[in-house]
Amino acid sequence: MAQSVFCLVCGGTACESSDSDTIYKNIKTQLAGRGFEESVQVVKTGCFGFCEQGPIVKVLPDESFYVQVTPEDTEEIVDEHLVKGREVQRLAYKEPGAETISRGHQISFYQKQVRVVLRNCGFIDPESIDEYIGRGGYEALGRVLSDMSADEVLAELETAGLRGRGGAGFPTHKKWRFTKAATDTQKYVVCNADEGDPGAYMDRSILEGDPHSVLEAMAIAGYTVGADQGYIYIRAEYPLAIERLQMAIRDAEAIGLLGDNIFDSGFSFRVELRYGAGAFVCGEETALLKSIEGDRGTPVQRPPYPAVKGLWGKPTVINNVETLAGIPVIITKGGEWYARLGSETSPGTKVFALTGKINNSGLIEVPMGMTLRDIVFNIGGGIPDGKAFKAVQTGGPSGGMITEEYLDTPIDFETLQGLGSMMGSGGMIVMDEDDSMIDVAKFYLSFNVDESCGKCVPCRIGGRQIQKLLERFSKGQGRPEDIERIETIGNWMKQGSLCGLGTTAPNPALSSITHFRHEYEASMSTGAAEEGAGGEQAAKNEAPAG
Amino acid sequence: MITMQIDGHKITAREDQTVLDAALENGIDIPRLCHHPDLTPSGGCRLCNVEVVGSNKMQPSCTMEVSDGLEVITESEGLYDHRHSIIDLLVSDHPLDCVTCEKSGTCELQRYAYKYGISETSLDFELGREEKVDDNPMFLRDHPYCILCGRCVRVCNEVVGADAIQFGDRGFDSYVATQFDVPMGDSSCVFCGSCVQVCPTAALTHKSRIGKGREWEFDRVETICGYCGVGCRIEFAVNTEGAEPDIAYAQGTPNAPTGRFLCSKGRYGWDYAKNKERLTTPLVRKDLAYELGLTDTPWQMPETSPLSAKNTAEYFVPVDWDTAMGIITDKLTQAVREAGPGAVAGLSSARCTNEDNYLFQKLMRATIGTNNVDHCARLCHASTVAGLAAAFGSGAMTNSIGEVRDADCIFITGSNTSEAHPVIGYEVNRAVQSGATLIVCDPRHIPLAEKATIHLQSAPGTDIHVFLAMLHVMIRDELADMEFVRERTEDFESLEKSVTAMDPETAAEVSGVPAADIERAARLYALGLRQDGDSRYGGGVEGRGDSERGRSSILYAMGITQRSNGTELVKTLANLAMLGGHMGKASTGVNPLRGQANVQGACDLGALPNVYPGYQKVTDAASRAKFAEAWGSEALDEQAGLTIVEMMRAAEAGDVKAMFFMGENPMISDPNIGHVEKALRSLDFLAAVDIFLSETCQLAQVVLPATSFLEKEGTFTNTERRVQALTPVLQGPGDARPDWRIVAELGRRLAAALGTPQEQWDYSSPEQIMKEISSVAPIYGGMDYGRLGTKGLVWPCPDAEHPGTPILHVGEFRRGKGKFHAVPPRLSSEQPDEEYPYVLTTGRMLYHFHTGTMTRKSKGLSWKQKRGYVEVNEQDAEALGIADGKAVVIESRRGQIRARARVGATVPSGVVFVPFHFKEAAANLLTQDENLDPDAKIPELKACAVKVTNPAQKKQTVKEQ
Repeated sequence: MAQSVFCLVCGGTACESSDSDTIYKNIKTQLAGRGFEESVQVVKTGCFGFCEQGPIVKVLPDESFYVQVTPEDTEEIVDEHLVKGREVQRLAYKEPGAETISRGHQISFYQKQVRVVLRNCGFIDPESIDEYIGRGGYEALGRVLSDMSADEVLAELETAGLRGRGGAGFPTHKKWRFTKAATDTQKYVVCNADEGDPGAYMDRSILEGDPHSVLEAMAIAGYTVGADQGYIYIRAEYPLAIERLQMAIRDAEAIGLLGDNIFDSGFSFRVELRYGAGAFVCGEETALLKSIEGDRGTPVQRPPYPAVKGLWGKPTVINNVETLAGIPVIITKGGEWYARLGSETSPGTKVFALTGKINNSGLIEVPMGMTLRDIVFNIGGGIPDGKAFKAVQTGGPSGGMITEEYLDTPIDFETLQGLGSMMGSGGMIVMDEDDSMIDVAKFYLSFNVDESCGKCVPCRIGGRQIQKLLERFSKGQGRPEDIERIETIGNWMKQGSLCGLGTTAPNPALSSITHFRHEYEASMSTGAAEEGAGGEQAAKNEAPAG
Repeated sequence: MITMQIDGHKITAREDQTVLDAALENGIDIPRLCHHPDLTPSGGCRLCNVEVVGSNKMQPSCTMEVSDGLEVITESEGLYDHRHSIIDLLVSDHPLDCVTCEKSGTCELQRYAYKYGISETSLDFELGREEKVDDNPMFLRDHPYCILCGRCVRVCNEVVGADAIQFGDRGFDSYVATQFDVPMGDSSCVFCGSCVQVCPTAALTHKSRIGKGREWEFDRVETICGYCGVGCRIEFAVNTEGAEPDIAYAQGTPNAPTGRFLCSKGRYGWDYAKNKERLTTPLVRKDLAYELGLTDTPWQMPETSPLSAKNTAEYFVPVDWDTAMGIITDKLTQAVREAGPGAVAGLSSARCTNEDNYLFQKLMRATIGTNNVDHCARLCHASTVAGLAAAFGSGAMTNSIGEVRDADCIFITGSNTSEAHPVIGYEVNRAVQSGATLIVCDPRHIPLAEKATIHLQSAPGTDIHVFLAMLHVMIRDELADMEFVRERTEDFESLEKSVTAMDPETAAEVSGVPAADIERAARLYALGLRQDGDSRYGGGVEGRGDSERGRSSILYAMGITQRSNGTELVKTLANLAMLGGHMGKASTGVNPLRGQANVQGACDLGALPNVYPGYQKVTDAASRAKFAEAWGSEALDEQAGLTIVEMMRAAEAGDVKAMFFMGENPMISDPNIGHVEKALRSLDFLAAVDIFLSETCQLAQVVLPATSFLEKEGTFTNTERRVQALTPVLQGPGDARPDWRIVAELGRRLAAALGTPQEQWDYSSPEQIMKEISSVAPIYGGMDYGRLGTKGLVWPCPDAEHPGTPILHVGEFRRGKGKFHAVPPRLSSEQPDEEYPYVLTTGRMLYHFHTGTMTRKSKGLSWKQKRGYVEVNEQDAEALGIADGKAVVIESRRGQIRARARVGATVPSGVVFVPFHFKEAAANLLTQDENLDPDAKIPELKACAVKVTNPAQKKQTVKEQ
């Protein structure tokens, strides 16, 4: 009997930490016990994104979407649904307030999403190269190696208008062109998988759910710029992503999709993993390269940029996971197709990690240009417990707060910057009326102070000075001149710091003063930060089970 | 060159310059704290930020490369405010107790706080680091004063290569840490003090300077280091307010030819000068004193060896100079009269100046009438002089130290460079850090092997096989520079024939070095390839080079020369260099690293039995006539004199009856010192000049007190043939006199006694002596104190206009064509056998120098390494039941010593290493004085057979029986 029924169990870190591995194993064993192992294919996939509701089990072709499944529930799913074909109503997802069950794309969390980068997450077994290939994987690499010149690849990326998803939004084709133009014989491709923003887990989910997409893109980059060696710098706190990447590299090498003479094209490319040791600043590209070289991961002044003088002084393309994961699709579907998604200046989609005081926390992918209101209230399902929305922090600890009045701004790289925040890697943390913005600012600022490498004076000492001032406000001991002092020191840091961490480190404080100055002023009169320490708690809790 | 504008001034700059460098070169000063001219830019302090016209961002000028048309502004209101903010931030995290701070006056933070008018911070004062670490006698680490500029970290990693410190923690809590926060003495710190030298604040302070005065109160005296042959220029900060000048600290100087950094010995090894054991008055041994009626008590010299004797100062009575000189004159005259001039022999010194050495050999040759003069170069580079003279026509370093850092490939063999010549080790480290390849061929895993591209760890005595196989590969794989071979050399065919049989596989079998490594080394060396496979000079890069291959440089030392086939080994290295075409160009050559401050000079000035000053042969009639005329002698000795080991044999045989030593300590430094002691005891008379009562002095009847290098004038010639002038820093103790004055006085007295011209000994200053030297030694023809300055002059320098010759053999070898020599693969003379199954190799270690007379009296250096030790391989240690730090007995056919084991992987199995500085575990009791190199008469100090036993186990066995 052909396998027409698929049972997909989420194997992302969030669901795994809620025992989805046992769920997966239970279903397998129980199916076997009932002689159904042939007729139902059980797949452990990457992240479905709807982490709020995990662990998630999905049954195809019925599009049944089981949420908050426990190992005790599996027998029922197997017996009722997989054996008898009857949906388990009790576990199936219902929209809040809705009477009926929602399935597949009817679920409003998914309805407005466009999954390009996350195309395979939640669909394939990330540990199977065959499943990746089955969904068109390595087709792009094959096409590039057999039919395309390096210039054609670059032209396609230029047409697509792909911009770096690590935060700065630098056009990818330009970066690649610099490296390609360098005359050195040795060049490198580096994937920045040192995701570190509190609450952000886009890259982790991609690597866990679709590791080959990144490897394929790195090989394409290698071919385009003339590099034969790639490194993935991944934080050691992502053991599942590391395991799946290791497996993916091994599998790709085994069938000749990585290694010597790929597709008989004469092009060779190898990928090795390098592990980050928990320093946030190593996500900064020059610090990351230092770390790969075996040195302390501290940033180096740019220029020269890594594209010209990078790893071991050699030209190095360094791209973020999400940027890379989109590239194979751009090659297969064409740059024009990609450019049609998203906004004019920022084509394509963006993955956000939606967390904080929001009903549907999780990982989402939307076209650029969607409004924050759509994201927060439609996809995110609004604020829990009927509380009022207060602000959303984008750009992680480097970004800023966006308030209610700007919720209808279509978001892309430029508009977020215009609002005094930034895209960053895609963390999006929602705060409600209970949160003290002084405490939120203090939380992020303290994060930056903790993660400052200490190399440059403005970041090392300026950050600490602001932190102390915020602590003072948080205790209601701020003085009127301290608001101005935060702004002064903040500006010293913005202008004077060496790397992106330092120049953006004061942003949470500055942004909170811009939008919530009254909270600072009020704290001086009431003697305490408004609404207690709720903000800090919100910020600490934002990452679901991660 | 590019053109750009700084503050509206048009300037030109080199493409590889930074904006800061270009500005400084054009006299535009930009405030800066983390920058240091010898270190890679950091960009961390942000003080040197400048504005770029057309950009709204400030950029640090130290990291910004110049470009055509670039316009930068270095001073503006915005920049003033920015810099003000940086200093404000820094002083919020730095104690402002400048009134009592040791660094006040040189502190760079203080300077900028003054400039920006910041007497206290406008922010909250908070120290990120509060600990003061006092864990070693050399320097203090006072963390609160640290501004985290990272200069110390960079100098330790980029220049010194010790990698002892790095930033610990991060952000505001950052601090400079050792690995795992161990005390400095347990870290990989080499105590060179370079970190202290570059520290802009009082975070790092030399302990020796504490309480000695304010920076502006010190005198600064520059002189040349008296330890190894690198010849570092040292600036001493001296407090002159007391009764006697007192050194506060030592530092390197930016204009020194060997760079501005020092090693631990140069930096901290000067305190011996004030040691209370310094000789302050002439001494006569009590037996002779009684004989001469100077004392009333009869006395007999004890049989106890000087190596273990105690209270030896009691052997002597102090006398005045006139008495002492009178005795020596009488005794030497008596020996000459009774047995002829050949019955007298003298050892001059590589630790004394050129002027001292010149006078010493003149005394022996012109006044006493013998060529029996030698010095410890016999035991180090005699084979270099012989081998390189045969191959090239001149036996010294072909290139200069500063060129090493620009080499593409460095081949080090038989030199533990980073311990024996640390400052050259820095140059090697800098080259490797910037991408050069490093090939190390050494039986020991020396510190540089850790940084090497390839370590050819040949079994002791088998390196010759490796070299021959490299030659074989270079010819076989057509890696040789045949154009160079054809045009500049001769006898290639005999070389080719001699290496045909030595393929890498054969060499691998004997040496234990994998054939593939030999092949790779041959290729890297021959083509001068860097780590990335390119070469800096390859392809004839404009203005840099003329050749298509890279630049490869050979560095070697005692591991090659102290061998029974030392001369042949040197010739083989010459073969490699000529075959690769790596001669006569910058950053190439064959470079023997010489071990003592003036060993090059002592050789140059004729303190050798076969040559007059300037390597003019004593057997050459014309030379003899020339010197006879210059010295007013009727006739000079026509035969080459005795070498050191031959002198000892002659003394024992009774052929040499009287000896005169100046600054030599053969009782520790010579092979088979049991034999040396016997020889010296059998002399009729021995006189010695020294600064301490050395083991050798204890066997002398008359001992004269000399001044140390810190207390004298004169010149040293360093290993790269650079003649540099000394300046006295301290006063000599008591009645101590400079050696040249002692020799001149003795010359005057002996001339009177023996009837040779006394006017030949009218010297009033070292400068006057140098004038005489330049008139008789053509290679020193242009040497003149007025010309030496801070950079010295490199010989050959034939006349007053000649600029000196840093690179030898450019265009033509000194002998015309370079000569290839066919050399057979000979093994060491004393092979291990059943009874003596281990190979002993000897050498130096970082913290001590030679016979330890100076370094072992230095507080810091002896703290770091107090006792001798023996390196034993961990496998051997396990087999022998020897634990790390426990006593081991090492025994050879000539003697035995006991030392603590240092168990590890530095030596391979079957080999033990003993440093020779320590009299309590004197390596040279074990070494052999037979089997000399036939050409150079150098003993095989680098290999002899020994047995290694565990004394504890022996006891155990006795008990059990």
